[in-house]
Amino acid sequence: MRLKRKVAMALTSVVAIGALSACGSTPSKTPAASGPKKLQIFSWWTGVASSKALNSLIGVFNKKYPGIKVINEAVAGGAGSNAKAVLASRMEANNPPGTFQVHAGGGTLLSWINAGYMAPLNSLYKQQGWYQDFPKSLLKMLTVKGNIYAVPVDMQRSNVLWYNPAIFKKYNLTPPTTFSQFFADAKVLKAHNITPLAVANHGNWETTLLYSDVLLGTLGPTQYENLLTGKAGTSWTSPGVVQATKTFLKMMQYANTDYSALHWQQADQMVAQGKAAMNVMGDWAQGYFTTALNLKPGTGFGWAATPGSQGTFAMVSDVFGLPAKLSNKTATKDFLKVLGSKAGQDTFNPLKGTFSPRLDANTSLYDAYSRSAMASFKKDQLVLVIGQGAANPGFTQAFENDMVTLLSSKNATAFTTAVESAAQSNPL
Amino acid sequence: MAQEVLPVKAPKTSKPLRRRHRTGDSWMPILTLAPSIGLLAIFVYGFIGWSGYVSFTNWNSFIPTLTWAGFRNYVTVLTSFRFQSDLRNIFFFTILFILGVLVVGLILALLIDQKIRAESLFRSIFIFPMAISFVVTGVIWSWLLNPTTGVNLILKSLGIPGPQWFLSTRFVPTIHLGQLSIGIPIALLAVVLAAVWQMSGFSMAVYLGGLRAIPEELKEAARMDGASAWRTFWSVIFPNLKGTTATIVVVEAAASLKVFGLIYAMTGAGQDFTTDMPNLNMFQTTFSGDAFAQGAAIAMLLLLLMAAFTVPYVLSVLRGER
Repeated sequence: MRLKRKVAMALTSVVAIGALSACGSTPSKTPAASGPKKLQIFSWWTGVASSKALNSLIGVFNKKYPGIKVINEAVAGGAGSNAKAVLASRMEANNPPGTFQVHAGGGTLLSWINAGYMAPLNSLYKQQGWYQDFPKSLLKMLTVKGNIYAVPVDMQRSNVLWYNPAIFKKYNLTPPTTFSQFFADAKVLKAHNITPLAVANHGNWETTLLYSDVLLGTLGPTQYENLLTGKAGTSWTSPGVVQATKTFLKMMQYANTDYSALHWQQADQMVAQGKAAMNVMGDWAQGYFTTALNLKPGTGFGWAATPGSQGTFAMVSDVFGLPAKLSNKTATKDFLKVLGSKAGQDTFNPLKGTFSPRLDANTSLYDAYSRSAMASFKKDQLVLVIGQGAANPGFTQAFENDMVTLLSSKNATAFTTAVESAAQSNPL
Repeated sequence: MAQEVLPVKAPKTSKPLRRRHRTGDSWMPILTLAPSIGLLAIFVYGFIGWSGYVSFTNWNSFIPTLTWAGFRNYVTVLTSFRFQSDLRNIFFFTILFILGVLVVGLILALLIDQKIRAESLFRSIFIFPMAISFVVTGVIWSWLLNPTTGVNLILKSLGIPGPQWFLSTRFVPTIHLGQLSIGIPIALLAVVLAAVWQMSGFSMAVYLGGLRAIPEELKEAARMDGASAWRTFWSVIFPNLKGTTATIVVVEAAASLKVFGLIYAMTGAGQDFTTDMPNLNMFQTTFSGDAFAQGAAIAMLLLLLMAAFTVPYVLSVLRGER
């Protein structure tokens, strides 16, 4: 009996001490002055291609800086939404990772900058000569009040219309460059029992991407950008936005009805299998067509700029920055040097299925689609897309909620009014 | 428990000899409970308090602005179409889910209780879905009930037009209250189906325990009095399962109010928010929209909802103990 009690007491105190010490140690930052230096890289690159690409980039880094141990802290799921939840809690706890993935533009990156969590990288840019290596219009999207805050590693395009070349040939159609051509094509396709436009919306961001491209095609890049950056005099209730919304709703009439059950890959699969003729998606779809479905660019699948958006490149770029509250910044800066270098980007991008935004990127490493995208990237006007880095998270979330309502109510004016009020409570 | 908290300081005071035995006994439970009470105080009640505080602040971006906002976040949340839809959905989901689980669980338990062969095999089969995570259930049922693939293909080959399942935007009945449609969203039935499939094994197990606890003499007596099987069930067996039913209702109600993984994997917010739930809304508001204060407000409202179910139960249990 007594022995039992003693054992119980001992166990209790162990638990109590354990609990106390656990409470004490979590917030404190361990300096780890001795031993190998560590660098945590935070991303949502857990897919086959992207994790392979990241590991190869880490390989390039390790060759150059063997003294630093890289810890790959990728968080899976939800196109980065799960990773963002983890990141937010770490940033609030003043325990940021060495560096982290974020989309270029006025979205989450700008929120982090405004919150004072990011350190400027002007001297690193000067030292590495990056001001000349990247297009000015791209760097503008990483700059706030003269300070540049992140290094871009890849480039993707999100105003691409993917189509099935066999179907277009069979019915003597050409990929539409205007909305009226789109609807003319759609009528023909529908008459032949082919779904003109494959749409997915399981993640609730896919229709927002489509809408953004329609808005871009309707307003043109300059007005579109003014609207998304909240320039004075712009309004979401303006006739242009209402018209774009009506065009979008009309396009949805030519879409499959089960879109909210489909993931974007399933929509692209419909195009690949000839069940649907077209799909609007970012060029991550290209990796799906070539790798998962073994299709050849040009013959197995075709691409064009979305209607009305020729000469504009709606970009999605993964960038990495330097957390301001990091105690030791050298390892992160060393990593960013490799991340922004030609060697690093030429290793990373072909594996990931993206391309290097550097002006001197080696085009021979890429396939036909990526080469054409690289050519447009260098000459086109760059814009951003809602949900992929264009607008702050609060606005984006409200926009996506309003989109759900629009898809069932089909009320364009109610939608634009709701979005305008979202823009006012979450200033762009 | 309340009496034992009082003599905390007893060991260090005088009167050593006479009270040694008693004090030795009374500080042990305190010491043993202290770690879990401490952990609960910090990680449950402390964080509930923190969330409550945050829900009254202006922290709706990455910048932790902890200035007082009053009830503004609550007003924003409660007036939003999405949250109003959530309340409607969680109300109907909970009712339908609990009813489904009770009925299916009871039927399964009654069938298994018939002294059948291979009883443990069937018991395992019915309980097995519980071992699967809600995410897996969600993915499986989203494939099964996708109207263009799944079971509708079988129905189609039989010449029956399949329903729209979780893509339906219909309500039964359809009562308009401003922008909101009040009624059972048909899309939600598909989710209820998946949830009942997963959780009725649990209620079966609990009911089976309840059935086995009913003394054989009672049933025998009823039979001797010439009661039919049907009559025996309604007059003897069913009244004896009242406590069991209450337990299942409370446990499943808590599970239902917390439903997240199933919705996240199966349907998402759904068309017109017909399958959205407060938890999903809370997650997206907080971590996609970075509106931490609004997310906290949703969490607090959810806590109130949960309390409405659990507090009466806990009170009645406490009263019963006394």
